[in-house]
Amino acid sequence: MDVGIVSYGAYVPRYRITPAEIGRIWGIDGAGMGKGLMISQKSVPAPDEDVATIATEAARFMMARTDADPADIGAIYVGSESHPYAVKPTATIVGAAIGATPNMTAADMEFACKAGTAGMQVCMGLVGAGMVRYGVAIGADTAQGAPGDALEYSASAGGAAFLIGSEKIIARIDKTLSFTTDTPDFWRKEGQVYPSHGGRFTGEPAYFRHIKSASQMMFDAMGTKPSDYKYAVFHQPNGKFPSRVAKELGFTPEQIETGLLTPSIGNTYSGAVPLGLAAILDKAEPGDRIFATAYGSGAGSDSFDITVTDEIRNYRRDAAPTLAKVLQDTVQIDYGTYAKYKGKIVMSE
Amino acid sequence: MRDVAIIGAGITQFGEHWERSFRDIGIEAGMKAIADADLSGSEVDGMFIGNMSSGRFINQHHIGALIADYSGMATNHVPATRVEAGEASGGIAFRQGVMAVASGMHDIVVVGGAEKMTDVDDPTSNEIMDTTSDTQWESSLGVTFASLHAMIAKRSIHDGVFTREEMASMSVLDHAHGALNPNAQFRKAINLDTVLRSGPVAEPIGLFDCSPISDGAAAVVLCPLEEAKKHTDSYVKVSAVTQASDTLALFQREDITRFCATTAAANKAYRLAGISSSDIDVAEVHDNYTVSGILALQDLGLFERGKAGKAVLEGQANIGGKVAVNTSGGLKARGHPIGATGVAQIVEVVQQLRGAADKRQVAGARYGLAQNVGGTGSAVTVSILEAI
Amino acid sequence: MVAVSREWREIPGRYNLVGSKCSVCGKIYFPTRSFCPACRRASIGKVEPYSVSRIGEVYTCSIVHDAPECNNSIKPYAVAMVKMSDGVMIAGQLTNVDLGKVAIGMKVRATLRKLDEDGPAGVIHYGYKFVPLEE
Repeated sequence: MDVGIVSYGAYVPRYRITPAEIGRIWGIDGAGMGKGLMISQKSVPAPDEDVATIATEAARFMMARTDADPADIGAIYVGSESHPYAVKPTATIVGAAIGATPNMTAADMEFACKAGTAGMQVCMGLVGAGMVRYGVAIGADTAQGAPGDALEYSASAGGAAFLIGSEKIIARIDKTLSFTTDTPDFWRKEGQVYPSHGGRFTGEPAYFRHIKSASQMMFDAMGTKPSDYKYAVFHQPNGKFPSRVAKELGFTPEQIETGLLTPSIGNTYSGAVPLGLAAILDKAEPGDRIFATAYGSGAGSDSFDITVTDEIRNYRRDAAPTLAKVLQDTVQIDYGTYAKYKGKIVMSE
Repeated sequence: MRDVAIIGAGITQFGEHWERSFRDIGIEAGMKAIADADLSGSEVDGMFIGNMSSGRFINQHHIGALIADYSGMATNHVPATRVEAGEASGGIAFRQGVMAVASGMHDIVVVGGAEKMTDVDDPTSNEIMDTTSDTQWESSLGVTFASLHAMIAKRSIHDGVFTREEMASMSVLDHAHGALNPNAQFRKAINLDTVLRSGPVAEPIGLFDCSPISDGAAAVVLCPLEEAKKHTDSYVKVSAVTQASDTLALFQREDITRFCATTAAANKAYRLAGISSSDIDVAEVHDNYTVSGILALQDLGLFERGKAGKAVLEGQANIGGKVAVNTSGGLKARGHPIGATGVAQIVEVVQQLRGAADKRQVAGARYGLAQNVGGTGSAVTVSILEAI
Repeated sequence: MVAVSREWREIPGRYNLVGSKCSVCGKIYFPTRSFCPACRRASIGKVEPYSVSRIGEVYTCSIVHDAPECNNSIKPYAVAMVKMSDGVMIAGQLTNVDLGKVAIGMKVRATLRKLDEDGPAGVIHYGYKFVPLEE
């Protein structure tokens, strides 16, 4: 049976901080840092937001656009590296908030920045096996960057949700495959507030190797080349990496432009490829082919070959705000406000 | 059912009593009232105590037993009952006391009201007050008790019920009268500008629109009207004590710019007393926030709807005006130890009707009214007293 | 520590604005009620769960400066009483909004946000807040 995306929703918090403002505090040329990373600003969650609220907003937008009955959702997976709890799933909070509980399975996923796409793969399997009618996969994060560290300039917040099913599919997922190895490029131990990373080790042996390998595997499996696709979206920890890997794989800047959000919202980690994909689906038309390869440190890449269907003409996209609409509402904040919002200030007991 | 009289009244200084405990202040007011009634104390056969939250303020429940014990009443096994209704605890305790004597079940009843608020810090005190809203669907959502009143004020100003300046003038009135009351927490007159410029609490309510955190107690002694002459010449008749309820949550009301429970209780009280609102010479109204005070004057029929704010601003509620409002200084200047307030209002009216209100005296005061409110108008009690 | 059951019990109302509808007179209530105050005994067993509309208009509002401790990171913040499109009034915070733009008549919709938590080791309480309705 055909399996694919039946509906989707995306949400990014409204607050923004610039690299220049961050650099000002740490005595670093923030503007230069931003230029090097190809990031002009990043999103910051409000104190009353977290992965559960972001995932819920995206999922509610997703449900507003479809006639699917939430009671027919059989599985929910939320992928993140900043779940509100270490033990107690985000997926059940979202499930209750969209009326999908109690007849469903759920779990939270962790695989650095590809936990959201991993969830999509699981949903595809459950739907394809006839075990569930609909599955929900969400990638969302409120990523933390250590104060003064390079990652502080890019780690941001946002998420997107996908309703996976086999009925009234608006974007058919024809193939998914993954390239996975045990590679310690970026990690966070239990109990640590901030992640650690291997510096330049996160480049060639990690990001580039896995994205290129998975992408090549996809070209081989589908017998395709880059020019067969209208859009491409890659994991985007900054603006530079995806631009470079796209070029090295043979994609043009125009193909990745729509899905490349990091320059204006920062790296939303598990939300990155899901949000990029949502931005593409906001514009896509029947017949458009989409190439997506996510990357999660630790390390692995999930690749997807997606084709938009005629059904997208009937899709009630305007029943919820598009990403363009969501991204119109922005408020610039200073580092003090940022530190307060991100809980980096030691408060009294 | 027999008529009831008030034969004694006592009150402590209201303020921050760091060196005095709850039981210290509770007993002081009761002893003063009993002495004022020229009783030894052994005659008392029942006690009612208004207290909102001793459990959270001083971690002590079972206040009836505590007061009975420390007032010496427990040796005679006198029944003591604690009454809770948010800020209306004192007024409703008074009504319970009146009912106990009117019914014939008791002959000499002491009604007290007491609260010790300063043994917790200010944020905790505010959070305790928040629990008189609908905790589950108002204050636990961040809609504080003060912000509920602020929203009433905002809508009232929007609907033209009063202006911001008129609302603020309630605080000026309270302070003008409080300056004449030796027991008041604040005894300095202030001007309108001070109120309008005070730090925001919840817009449009500022610090000077809000009653303070206070310690204090007040008490009265009740007996059947026909027995009053045996004890004292300066007794006062209780003409009516009524009580009304309304929804707990403000958002469930039809109209948030009036407290219907006040009007329901007041109309019944006027009817039972055989008078109308224009007969009232002195009124103690529940202005925990200035907005509550202005609306109370309208809901009680003392001023027309839409006109009370202007009346207060123009001095018509001052001593010598159309009706003297809050000659004690009101909740804002006299102070607002929660459970004590309702009984303190009665004490002030009693003093006025006896001609014993000293510098605050309203000449020829014959009828007095006290209005005590719990929550955002979810419980209201109105008492009408008459000079004999 | 607060017992987890008290807030858990209210999740349908907190997350999804589930109130009650009297099937005798049709009146809608929020929060839920076990019987209709208008119909009283006649409504026992005849009151159904009802999901209140998530779209509404600000009826009155205020900016809170004196905040409970749990809201120290967001003060000053806006609160409102919102008249939902099916006539029910609900109170709550406004969020994602410039405080200067908060006004009576503003159109809003309910969203899920963090309300507070029982300390660093305790459960997180989520519930509705209102955001400006997108045009």
